[in-house]
Amino acid sequence: MLRPNTVVLLAIVALFAATTAHSQDLAGENLRSLDGQVQEIKSDVLDIASELQNLEERLLYPSGTQLSIFVAVEQTEDFRLDAVQIEINGELATHHIYSFNELEALQKGGVQRAYTGNVVTGDHELRVTVIGKSDSGEDFSESGTFAFSKGVKPKTLGITLAEPGLGSDGIQVGDW
Amino acid sequence: MRRAPYSVLGLLLIAGLATGPSQGEELKDLYFGEALYYAHQGLYFEALERLDTEVKQHDGIDEPELDSLYQHIDDADFSLGDFELRYRMHHRAGRAIKAVLEAAVDDVIRNDAAFRLASIHFQKNQITEALRALDRIDGEVPDAIRDDIDFLRANVLLAEGNPEASIGVLEQLQGSDEFGGFASYNLGIAYLESGRRQDALEQLQQAGLTATDDPAELAIRDKANLVAGTIHLEAEEFELAIPYLNRVRLDGPFSNQALLSSGWANLSSGRVERAVVPWSLLAEREVTDKATQEAMLALPYAYGKLDVHGRAAVYYGEALDAFVAEIEKLSESIESIREGKFLEALVREEIRKDKDWVIRLRSLSEAPETYYLMQLLASHDFQTGLQNYLDLADLRRKLVAWQGGFDAYDEMVAIRHDHYEPLLPDVDTEFREFDSRMRLRVEQHKMLVRRRDDLLTTPRPEFLATPEELAILARLEALELQAIANASATQRIKRLKGVLVWRLETEYHERLTEFDMNLRGLDAAMAVAQAQYDQYVRVRQAATHSYSGYEQPINRLRVHSANAIAEIDLLMARQGHLLEKAAVEELVARRSRLENFGDKARFALADSYDRATQVQARSEAP
Repeated sequence: MLRPNTVVLLAIVALFAATTAHSQDLAGENLRSLDGQVQEIKSDVLDIASELQNLEERLLYPSGTQLSIFVAVEQTEDFRLDAVQIEINGELATHHIYSFNELEALQKGGVQRAYTGNVVTGDHELRVTVIGKSDSGEDFSESGTFAFSKGVKPKTLGITLAEPGLGSDGIQVGDW
Repeated sequence: MRRAPYSVLGLLLIAGLATGPSQGEELKDLYFGEALYYAHQGLYFEALERLDTEVKQHDGIDEPELDSLYQHIDDADFSLGDFELRYRMHHRAGRAIKAVLEAAVDDVIRNDAAFRLASIHFQKNQITEALRALDRIDGEVPDAIRDDIDFLRANVLLAEGNPEASIGVLEQLQGSDEFGGFASYNLGIAYLESGRRQDALEQLQQAGLTATDDPAELAIRDKANLVAGTIHLEAEEFELAIPYLNRVRLDGPFSNQALLSSGWANLSSGRVERAVVPWSLLAEREVTDKATQEAMLALPYAYGKLDVHGRAAVYYGEALDAFVAEIEKLSESIESIREGKFLEALVREEIRKDKDWVIRLRSLSEAPETYYLMQLLASHDFQTGLQNYLDLADLRRKLVAWQGGFDAYDEMVAIRHDHYEPLLPDVDTEFREFDSRMRLRVEQHKMLVRRRDDLLTTPRPEFLATPEELAILARLEALELQAIANASATQRIKRLKGVLVWRLETEYHERLTEFDMNLRGLDAAMAVAQAQYDQYVRVRQAATHSYSGYEQPINRLRVHSANAIAEIDLLMARQGHLLEKAAVEELVARRSRLENFGDKARFALADSYDRATQVQARSEAP
């Protein structure tokens, strides 16, 4: 929940708006009348996006070889996640540096799709490297290697990150 | 709907909506989590795209209780409405939230949905519908939005023209951590609206003395003081107005208006020299501000009243120069807007990376007119139009980027087609041969399994004879027929058969065990063969699927995207034209006001010179 002190801009905008009745009249009915049409085109484009996503998934990542890796952060944790690197069978799959907004989204319970690609059926090795700053302000870098098996169905792995050295494994990987 | 003379604060409600799964609930569905990841970054299009697809998939499956979204489906439906609301898709948001209201959900979720629906109606000035939605709130209310509901209800009642009813609600909110300052101010307005002037002034005084360091509450405190001061000023109670106006912070958003009013209150109460102080301060501020421009005229007017005509003439001269320069800038800005540069500057993506981008617009060097348009930019209708224009520009960018991908997909499909098509006939021929052999082996295997199972219940030793033994047995039976008249030979043949039967009977269990072990070995080999067969079938299907069946969807997407871009271009042109028209009208009005000020300054300048000259002449006269 956003608190008022985080929406100062809106408050100030509202305060300005409260003093400018004639400005609203200037914007007028015409601006409002287009609003419905804009909403309709947004809906159309969302449908296109959804169909496109479906098409791309079939075309680029067929279910027989599809591997998706997601990253989440323990919500009780307060460390700063700077970057995550993921290697599959020794090959770099992805390396992501987190912006403030992205880290905040993870800390609020969001889950990032870090990688989508293709691997053959069989056994594979996943190596995850995490770089960040602990709650106490110390830089840390931690790696973990995990085995996973790819079957004929799409494979989804979830990486859950926590601050290392607090009695829990910093990197946990599991099937989702 | 009539407009209150002093508007209440209601926009905060929209910022106060919650996002996400129920608090404390463990996330079970990654794709819902992915939607939240985007939503928490304010990327509502992406969030909607993910969640909409996920919810549709969930709704389409036969056993939804086995789906990972099942545990979150109420939250997901709810979040859909929330994201749509935040992405300014009120029509869809309303439908989604109504669907939640109609579903069999907990009080907490239903009441939250009713609150959101009421917020949507309130935003759209549908006051009766907003009240109806609020009336649906019953039973347990989420703690996080308890005050939000009351604050919304009070604002809806005020907008309905029922300030008496809103007073009771607002009085309950006075102790709210979240809305205390806002409710205090709104209560003052409610009193004023209901004709209780004295109560209004006392309430505004209270709101104007709130102890806080919260920037938003400081701003509302200033607003309360400004309104109270203005009420006294309009009633010509100048002495009473001054303390309120003096309480407004010098660095707050209302300081310019407060300084201007303070000057007029002092001047009107006969303390001209005290009017000079706020006006001097104000006249040095940002020249584009309305209050500053008025102060630039008011300041020399006050000096004139003090018979300091020389200084008045100097200030009138400075004001005139400033007005002429501003009129020129405004004319350039009007021209710039008409050339489309205003909208060009607004759609630049980097500008909107900052959440305070509307405020930052004033420092946009390519569009100096934005400073003059701050009030217009802050108005709800203009902001809606502007946000729609920017959303359309974003959608257009996305569609153009996707269009680039369609050709690549076509090429990818063509390459795969060209690669697989020559190979597949031979592969298929080999496969058919392999397939028939495989089917035969499978049948043989099944037959052997059946035989083993039969032997376990009904022993048939002859079934476990070796081929050699079977041949001997057949030979003996043939000899037996030939030697039917020869008793001695028949006796010998029977003995030989007896030896063979003895062996088969006595070795039956060993042979059955060996047969079973061999069959188990065959089972494993058959499983490997079957797995390879299945894998081959999948790969073979995947080869075909990798290039067939794409032409139609790609073309459909290509057409839909092109149509959407054409529609967006049309809407952007219409929306842009309306925005430019509103902006130009605002600037023309400001220019006209400055021209009027310029005329006044010119006359006053001449008059001040005359008076200064007369004073000088009188002082030099013997």
